[in-house]
Amino acid sequence: MPTAALTADRSRKRPFWTMERRDSLAGYLFIAPQLCGIVLFVLIPLGLVVWYSLHEWNVLAGTFRFVGDANYKKLAADPALPEVLGATAIFSAGLVVFNLSLALLLAILVNQKLRGITVFRTIFFSPVVVSLVAWTIVWNFLLQANGGINGLLQVIGVTGPNWLRSPPTAMASVIVVQVFKNVGLNMVLFLAALQGVPRELYEAARVDGASRWTQFHAITVPLISPTILLTMIITIVGSLQVFAQIAVLTQGGPGMSTTVLVYYLYQQAFQFHRFGYGATISILLFLIVAVLTFAQWQMRKRIVFYEN
Amino acid sequence: MKTESSPNDISPRARVALYGLLCVLAIPFVFPTWWMVTSSVKPISDIFAFPPELIPSRFDWSTYAEVFKLQPFAQQYWNSCYIAAIVTVGTMAVSSMAGYAFARIKFPGANLIFMVVLLGLLIPSEVTIVPLFQMFLKWGLVNTHWPLILVPIFGAPSVFATFVMRQFFIALPVELEEAARVDGLSRFGIFWQIALPLAKPALAAVAIFTFLHSWNLYLEPIVFLTTPGNFTLPQALTQYVDVYQGPMWNTQLAAATLTALPVLVVFIFAQRQFIEGLAHTGLKG
Repeated sequence: MPTAALTADRSRKRPFWTMERRDSLAGYLFIAPQLCGIVLFVLIPLGLVVWYSLHEWNVLAGTFRFVGDANYKKLAADPALPEVLGATAIFSAGLVVFNLSLALLLAILVNQKLRGITVFRTIFFSPVVVSLVAWTIVWNFLLQANGGINGLLQVIGVTGPNWLRSPPTAMASVIVVQVFKNVGLNMVLFLAALQGVPRELYEAARVDGASRWTQFHAITVPLISPTILLTMIITIVGSLQVFAQIAVLTQGGPGMSTTVLVYYLYQQAFQFHRFGYGATISILLFLIVAVLTFAQWQMRKRIVFYEN
Repeated sequence: MKTESSPNDISPRARVALYGLLCVLAIPFVFPTWWMVTSSVKPISDIFAFPPELIPSRFDWSTYAEVFKLQPFAQQYWNSCYIAAIVTVGTMAVSSMAGYAFARIKFPGANLIFMVVLLGLLIPSEVTIVPLFQMFLKWGLVNTHWPLILVPIFGAPSVFATFVMRQFFIALPVELEEAARVDGLSRFGIFWQIALPLAKPALAAVAIFTFLHSWNLYLEPIVFLTTPGNFTLPQALTQYVDVYQGPMWNTQLAAATLTALPVLVVFIFAQRQFIEGLAHTGLKG
C-alpha cells in the first residue's frame, strides 16, 4: 500500500479500518489455515529433510551425527540406484503412455451417440471409486500362478506365466493394474475437453473432404492439447508416488525389478531405519518431480496450440 | 453433457463394431470386482478351482464372520469412515476459504503466498513422511489418527482442492458480490451467503476426491499406526495373512468386498454427479 495514501487517510481523520484494510485482514484470515498448514506440514518438513540428509541417523543404533555430504556421495555410489531409477523410469513412462492413450480412446468411444453409452462411461470410471488396496488385492489374487487370469487362459489352451514372479511381467502387471484403476479420471477430463471442441470445425473439415484421421490429428488433438498436458503432468507426478500397488503386488521384486524410488525410500527409512539416507532419497525424489513439472510447464509453450 | 455427434454419423455396422469394442474394453474394469465378490463367498477349496468358476457353485459365508473375528474390523471400518468424513469437511472449509481469498480478495503478498501454497502440489507426501513422523512422534501423536486428519486438511493434499476452488471463484461473475457489498455485507458474509452457495458443484468435486484420497491412504497409516484397533481399512486388508505372511485369500477378498462395495453402490446411484462434477470443475486447467 502506498504511504501517500496512508498519510492522506490520517490527515482526513478517517477511521483506521478502511475498506481496503479490512479486506486485507479478511484475506489473511481466509488463507491463514491453509498457509499455516503449508508452513507446518510442507515447508518445515522440507527443511528438516535437508537437515536430516546431512546426518548419519540410525534409529535402531541410536546414532545421529553430522556427516556433511556423505549421504549424497553414498547415494551417487549406491549400486542399487541405477536399477531403482531404471524401474522408476520404465514404470512412469509405461504408465503415462498406456494411461493417456487408453483414456483418449475411451473418451472418444463414450463420446459417441449410442444408446446406453452412460453405462459404459460408468463402468470405465468405476475402479476410481474402488478402494486402491482392495483393487490391488483382487488383482494380486487374479495374477497368481494358479489365479483367475491363468485359469481362464488355461481354458483356451494357453499356459500363462507366473505374472508377479518374473521381472518383465511383474512390471507390466503393476502398470496395468494402476492404469485400469485410474484411467477413468483421465477419460472424464478428455471427455470434457472433446465436448468443448466446436462441432462446426468438424463440419467444415468434412465439407473440405478431410478424413476421420485428418480430423483427429488436425482438429481434435491440437484443441485438446491443454488437457493432454494437464493429464500428463497429473499422471507423471502421480506415477512417482505409486506405493500401495508395489507393496501389495511385488514388494519391489522379483529382485529389485519393481523397486521404484518411493518404495526404495520406504525400505531404507522405515524397514532398515536409515532415516538420514531415506531423507537423501526424498530430496532426489523431490528434485525429479520439480524438474519434470518445470519441463512440462515449459513444453506448454511449444506443444499446446490453443488455450482459452 | 451437451454436444454429441449426430446419430446418423454411425452406420449400423459401425454401431455393432463399437458395441463389441466397448464390451471387450469393459472386461478388465468389471471382471475384477465380479471376481472379488464371487470368490469371497466360495469355499476355500473352490477359490483356485480349475476351470475357474465364474458363478460360484457352492457358497460359504463363514469367511465374512472370519473377517470380524481375526481383526477388530468394525472398529477399523469406523476409523476409515470417520477420518474420511472429518478430512472431507475440513478440506472443504479450508480450501474454499483459501480459494476464495486467492481469487477475490486483494491483499499484499497474495501472489507470492499463492506460489508458496502451490509448492504443496509439487511435493509428494512420501518426501515429507520422515520428518512428519518425527514431528508427530515428538508431539506424542504417533499411533493416533491425528496425522491422518491434520496433514490432509491443512497440508499438501488440500492444495489441489484450494486450486480447484480458486479456479471456480475466479470464473464467478463479480457483480453479485458488488451488490452485496453495497448493501453492507462483510467479506465473510459475502463469502458465506453469496459465493459459497454458488460453489456447490466445485465443492462437490472437492468432497469427492478428498473423500477418495483419504479412503485410499495407505503409506501414512502404515507409517503412523501400530495397533490393529487404530488401523484404517486399506491397512487392515493387508493384515489378513497366515503365519507365513501369505494372504488368506477368501478372508482378504471378503474384507475387500466390504470395503469396496458400499462406495461403489453410492457411485452407481450418483454417477452423473460424480463424473460431471469432476469433469466440469477447475480440473480442466
